[in-house]
This record gives sequence, C-alpha cells and structure tokens, in this order.
Amino acid sequence: MTFADVPGFASASEERGETTVVVETARLREAAEYLRDERGFNFLADIAAADYLGWNERTVAGYWGHREGRDINRPGSWGLAKKPEPKAKRFSVSYHLVTVVSGARAAARVRLQVWCDDGEPVPSVVSVWPTADWHEREAYDLMGIEFEGHPSLKRILMDDDWEGHPLRKDYPIGGEPVRFSGAE
Amino acid sequence: MASTAARRHAPIYTGTRIPSPIPSVLKVDPALREDDDILEVNFGPNHPSTHGVLRLIVELNGERVEGVEAVIGYLHTGFEKNMEQKTWWKAITYPERIDYLSFQINELAFVLAIEKLLEVEPPAKATWMRTLLCELSRIHSHLIWLGTGALELGAISLLWYCFRERDAVLDLFELVTGVRMHTRYFQAGGLAEDIPPGFFTECRKFADMFPGRVDEYEALLDRQAIWLERTKGIGLLSAEDAIALGQSGPVLRASGVDWDLRKVEPYLAYDQVDFDVPVYFNGDVYDRYKVRMDEMRESTRIVQQCLDGMPEGPWIVDDRKIVLPPRHELHTSMESLIHHFKLVTEGYRVPVGEVYVAIESARGELGCYVVSDGGPKPWRVKFRAPSFVALEATATTVAGSLVADLIAILGSLDTVMGDCDR
Repeated sequence: MTFADVPGFASASEERGETTVVVETARLREAAEYLRDERGFNFLADIAAADYLGWNERTVAGYWGHREGRDINRPGSWGLAKKPEPKAKRFSVSYHLVTVVSGARAAARVRLQVWCDDGEPVPSVVSVWPTADWHEREAYDLMGIEFEGHPSLKRILMDDDWEGHPLRKDYPIGGEPVRFSGAE
Repeated sequence: MASTAARRHAPIYTGTRIPSPIPSVLKVDPALREDDDILEVNFGPNHPSTHGVLRLIVELNGERVEGVEAVIGYLHTGFEKNMEQKTWWKAITYPERIDYLSFQINELAFVLAIEKLLEVEPPAKATWMRTLLCELSRIHSHLIWLGTGALELGAISLLWYCFRERDAVLDLFELVTGVRMHTRYFQAGGLAEDIPPGFFTECRKFADMFPGRVDEYEALLDRQAIWLERTKGIGLLSAEDAIALGQSGPVLRASGVDWDLRKVEPYLAYDQVDFDVPVYFNGDVYDRYKVRMDEMRESTRIVQQCLDGMPEGPWIVDDRKIVLPPRHELHTSMESLIHHFKLVTEGYRVPVGEVYVAIESARGELGCYVVSDGGPKPWRVKFRAPSFVALEATATTVAGSLVADLIAILGSLDTVMGDCDR
C-alpha cells in the first residue's frame, strides 16, 4: 500500500511490519480526512505523543574507564550500545489508524505521525474521529501538545490547576512540592 | 455471513447521537435550562457503582438525564512515567496493575511489544500457555463484570456465584504462578517458570464445570422480568457511532460489528484454536451482557483446546542475553553468573524502534505503543486503554435515559478506572 498521495506527505517507512506515514503538521487534518474517506481508516485506535528531549545525547557504552575514571553519578552513564538517529523535532504525535469492517478477517493499520516543537500547534482531528477528543486532551495534559481547533482542550488526568506536563522528559521525577502537607 | 446477518437487522437508530461540538459532553438544551427545572448532581467520585473513582456531572430534568460530563483522573498513578525509569524487565510488573481485572492480558501486551522490538519468538509451549491464561483472565474479568453489574441492578445473589467461580480462576493462577493477582508470569521470551504438574488436571476440572455455571447465571437473569426490563432497549449505541467513538470489544460487538482482534489479526495461538465471535445487533445493555456471556463460553472452549494441544518442550527461549540462566548453573558456571548479574543489575538492551501492539483484552482493543532508544529502559510507553475510550461513549449512550438506567449503562460499558486513568 502506498501513501505517497496522502495530502502533506513527508515520508513513509516500513519497520517490523508497521507502516509509519509522516505528514506535514499543518496539513494533518487534510491527511486524516483523506485516510478516513478514501482509504477506509475509519477507526482511530490511539493517539500517542512522545518527547524526544535528550534523545541520542547519551554517550556510547563502554566497559573500560578512561584516564579520568568512570563517572558513575552522571545520569544515563550506562550509555547506549549505538547512538540512535537524531529526531527532527522534539515531539512526535502518532495516530494509530485501523480499517474496521464488520466480519473482516484482516485489517490494515497505519501510524500517521506528525512532529512538532514546544508550543507549536497541531491541528485537532476531533472533527474527523470523535474519539480523538479525550486522546488529545490526554496528550495535552501529560505532554503539553497544543491541539488547534479542539472544542475543549483542558486537562483530563491531572488536576485542573496542575503545573507542568508530567510525561515530558524535563519534568522532575522527584522533589515536587507536596500539595497537602500538614503545615498549610 | 455476518454482513448478511447485519443487513437483516434494522439499524439501532438512524443518524448520529454523538454530541457536538464536544463528543464526550452532553450539554443541556438551553431552552430547557430556562425552565429552571434542571438539577445538577455529582455522581461519584465515590459511589459503589462507578467501579472505581469516576465522577459524572449529571444534569437532571426530573428523572431524565439531560446533560452529562465524565470527569476522570482520580486514579492517575503515572504508570507510563514510572515505566520509563525501570529496566525493561522490571517494567513488566506495571501493566498488570493498570487493568487489574484482566491483568495477564495487559502484561501480555507489553511483553509482546518487547518481543517485537527484540525480534524474539517464544517457544510454542509458552505461546499456548499464554493463550490459556489470557482466556482465563478474560473469564475472570467478565465474571467480575457480571457479578457487580447484576448487583447494581438488584440481583445480589449473582455476585456470590460469580465470585465463587472467580475464586476458582484465581486458585488456578496461584497454582501456576504462586500469586493470585498481578502474576508477572510472562517474560520477554516465554514464561517465568515451567507449568507445574497438576495444573492441567485442575484446569480441566474447571473447564468442564464452568459452561454449566454460565448456563446457571443466564437462567437466573434471562427469566427475570426486572433484569430484562432494566437492560433491554437501554443505552443504545449504533455501529457507526461505536466505530466513530473508537469503541471496541464487547461494546462494539453488541452493536452488530463482527470485530475481534483475535480473529482479525491473530496473535499467540488464536489462529490454531476454533472459536466463534459472538455478535448481537441491538446495541443495548442486554446485548452487551449477552456478548459477554457467550464470550465466557467461547473462552472456555479455547481453554479446553489449549489443554488438549499444549505442546511439550521449553517454556522460554534459550538466549542468555535476555533470559536469566537456570538457577543450578550459577554454582558451576562463571558465564552464567555474569549473565545473571548483568541482567539483574543492568537489564537487557532493546534495539531502537517504535512499535504498536494491539491485542483483544476483555474490554476491547488494548494497545501498547513502545519507543526504545536502544538502552536498557523504555524511552516511552503508552497504553491504549479500552476503558478510557469506553467512557467517551457515556454522553452518547445515556442521552435522554432515566437516572436509574445511568448505572446500568455505565456498568455495561465495563470500565475499570485503573485502566482508564493509568
């Protein structure tokens, strides 16, 4: 199946039996409508955002210490066997699409992907697949992706007055202020 | 066959009932609000029938639900963030706590994702045992759904019967894994331990006994006027709306869509066992109940076939880079000791890549999206939680229903709040 005619097509890759189609962020809704109406991807299974801050910054793994010795306290000093390819932008948003046909015994799946930087808006696809409503709110809440055109983009899992987006890589893992301490 | 059957059935309703512009929020008609008769009620977050901590802001006109908005997140525990801090094999303990009623299926999704990245094929015995345990897990989940769902509608006795059988399933889990819930029995590459002797006879006893018990439950409910009154024609969801709202599993199949990932994209040994996909066409609470009852019978059929077809052989791959060496080798082999030490302290490395694994959980499509940077810890894990998606359909299914039916409808969507909030 070729995806070169998807509006805003940027690149496509096939890995481990999964097809990933990257489209231009601004033309996402157009691409989504095309995939739903012309290609039969009527089912949006999931929207998954990922933060690639610090991706491929860790050094290559080695078992021998060098002249300065090994810095065991540096985070990520285990290193990687091989540095991964750098990513174009900080965030990826992946839309996992399926063709659902009653009685079918095979289905097509595709991962529609867009890339964005911090604060760069991503068009909302709620008008294309209503189920995107909560998925987009979750990606906004936990990853801070701004969806443009979402009817009610607010936090969903965290408290309404929560600060920060917990699934970002620069969100502190420890040491957050305690909200309900006895001192207050 | 199913498509011709679908044609014979009248549509559940025409057009769409998904609220606009916000698909998950039902807004009160402004003209009605003028009458000043609208009562806003907080349903939950602590209410016995919310299956956890779900809050619904319900706007009532007399007894009719005119507006509803679901508020979730009370059980958010940050599983996905936690898993990024753990090595791959420590992270396996987390998914089963997400959906604590079909824990082994959740565990499987993550393990399959690791195996897809590692390109490891588990031995046949592990595959068949996983199939068997996943079906027992499905039975376990449906039993709790049936027991609590009937309890909410006043059929108290059913809860005790369902929990009796649920306990028998948990006994089987304990026999295999040593733990009743959150078993962590699946490893990347196979199973954690060999299947203990005695399990097969005990499991066969259960599989022989269970279909009769399902008939008993059905006899208790299907001939009960109150149950029928309170479930038939309530909480309607058409096939088109169900697909648009991303519904899957029993909710989708009750709306007349013949769709089961075990058939569509067979994983494990599902292409080697014989089972049917129950499909019903009225899209109401009763049909969702019927689908789950039939699924329990089909699951028992699969369990029987797994017991018959269970292959002999190793239960885990022999790859020392990802699998712990046998215990007895640690005393005699230096290499085994090194492998053991490296695996426990540092964990195994998973090649760079991103995968999305979708399997059929008791609640529908359970997806696991995993990104690896080639290191010993996952870069990003995201679960497509079927309960999260099921709750999006609340506004569509409860529109115009009675407040008492709200509980029946919510129950029929079968959400687990741990799964929803993760």
